[in-house]
Amino acid sequence: MAKAEAKGLSFYYGEYRALKDLNLVVHENRVTALIGPSGCGKSTFLRCFNRMHDLYPGNRYEGEIVLHPDNANLLAPTVDPIEVRMRLSMVFQKPNPFPKSIFENVAYGLRVRGERSRRALADKVEVALRGAALWDEVKDRLQELAFNLSGGQQQRLCIARALATDPELLLFDEPTSSLDPIATASIEELITELKQHVTILIVTHNMQQAARVSDYTAYMYLGELIEFGVTDELFIKPRNKQTEDYITGRFG
Amino acid sequence: MAYVKDLSAIRALIASHKRWDLVFALCGFAALMVGVLTFVALFADMAIQGLPRLNWEFLTNFPSRRPAQAGILSAWVGSCLVMLVTAFFAVPLGVATGIYLEEYAPKNWVTDLIEINITNLAGVPSIVYGLLALGLFVYQFGLGQSILSAGLTLALLILPVVIVATRESIRAIPQGIREGAYALGGTQWQVCRDHIIPYSSAGILTGVIIGMARAIGETAPVITIGALTFIAFLPPAPMKTEAPFLSFDWVMSPFTVMPIQMFNWTSRPEAAFLQNAAAAGFILVLMTLAMNGLAIYLRYRIRKNIKW
Repeated sequence: MAKAEAKGLSFYYGEYRALKDLNLVVHENRVTALIGPSGCGKSTFLRCFNRMHDLYPGNRYEGEIVLHPDNANLLAPTVDPIEVRMRLSMVFQKPNPFPKSIFENVAYGLRVRGERSRRALADKVEVALRGAALWDEVKDRLQELAFNLSGGQQQRLCIARALATDPELLLFDEPTSSLDPIATASIEELITELKQHVTILIVTHNMQQAARVSDYTAYMYLGELIEFGVTDELFIKPRNKQTEDYITGRFG
Repeated sequence: MAYVKDLSAIRALIASHKRWDLVFALCGFAALMVGVLTFVALFADMAIQGLPRLNWEFLTNFPSRRPAQAGILSAWVGSCLVMLVTAFFAVPLGVATGIYLEEYAPKNWVTDLIEINITNLAGVPSIVYGLLALGLFVYQFGLGQSILSAGLTLALLILPVVIVATRESIRAIPQGIREGAYALGGTQWQVCRDHIIPYSSAGILTGVIIGMARAIGETAPVITIGALTFIAFLPPAPMKTEAPFLSFDWVMSPFTVMPIQMFNWTSRPEAAFLQNAAAAGFILVLMTLAMNGLAIYLRYRIRKNIKW
């Protein structure tokens, strides 16, 4: 079942057309991976989903990203980007915990949504930290500064922060690119567990990672979607010559 | 194979290059010493001249015609009260301006123009602020030659410093932190209140205190608006015994400040007054150093939790 759909999506940085007429379906409770060489527009595409581009002047969308089940076009000028960000969550390339306590980091999204009850905050923070497989490591030091955690723990904290608000769609922007292999493995394992409950769209420059964690994969090049399909099929039998060159390492 | 093949030739080459390291290190050190030694010499001279006059009475006496009985009570109390008013106006105005310019203002030519003007404001001679304040605060607003007028004038004077410090420390916040907060659904004000302001507060505080340390030594604008040089009374106390207990009568009181007291003493013919001026200068420098020390301490305390 489709959770979100990009329909004829183009994106402009000023005059520069960074994304060209993209069409893609994000399936519910599945992991969809975006792969492609640097500069192909995969992160730009991801950041359209939660209207991150609205933070900077001169950016423009064309086309739609429809979120199901209510068929809302997230890119419509009438839709407040804050409303979109309330529904979707994002995990960034570099762990970006706030210089606050572990607890406050996870609770922040809830506070933004007006949650004041200490009980409810504590409960939801625990659920989110458990969901991010971090609870056992931090349950005794929730008041400690988030910067004291290791890189991999910080990234899982950011995942907990993103989970705490029950997002309809979870966006990952190369979440392991600044982590060591062990931390990377734990994040990948986590993503596989999370997809039971959450729909995930992940950008990765690591093809093996896409093959390991995703159900669907989209290959992008120069702002265009070259091929989209079930991950196993795309990696074993790509239909497109460009895709084949990229995944076999002859290019990119 | 290396470009220079012979190992001893490589060593000779490195040694000849390193001579320039030494040359620059010596030049740099000499340049540093010009500044440091000048300050130390001035400070030591003032301390040697003034120290014999430094005692409790000097701090608790009003100025007097007799140099041995003259003190700086009205001057240091005046300086502190003026600083209080300065901070009260400069901090909210400067911080709000800085945050608006960094986080809210659209980036266009109007904003650019405002930015250039703020930088220019920092270069306006302080006497010009004094003239402006004389016309505006003292006469137009009818605030008179009061602590309030002086505080407002000095607030204007250090406003650019506060604005620039605010903007610099906001710019030091990594974009990833901002994006993280926005991605959770924060509005601009939520992001400012919960992230931008707390994380930049160390830099803002430092800027404010450094601005204040400059303001406390300002003489020209305060003379221009008419601070008196001979004040043998204190402003009304800010506390009262009956309700509402707080009183703001002191803001309208005539006053003097440390640098004006010094200026007054240095223009006297008797040598003993020069000693008084040196002693007052010593206290003034101590006040400034204490403020700078506080800035360093606060920055250390707040920055301890923030690493970027």
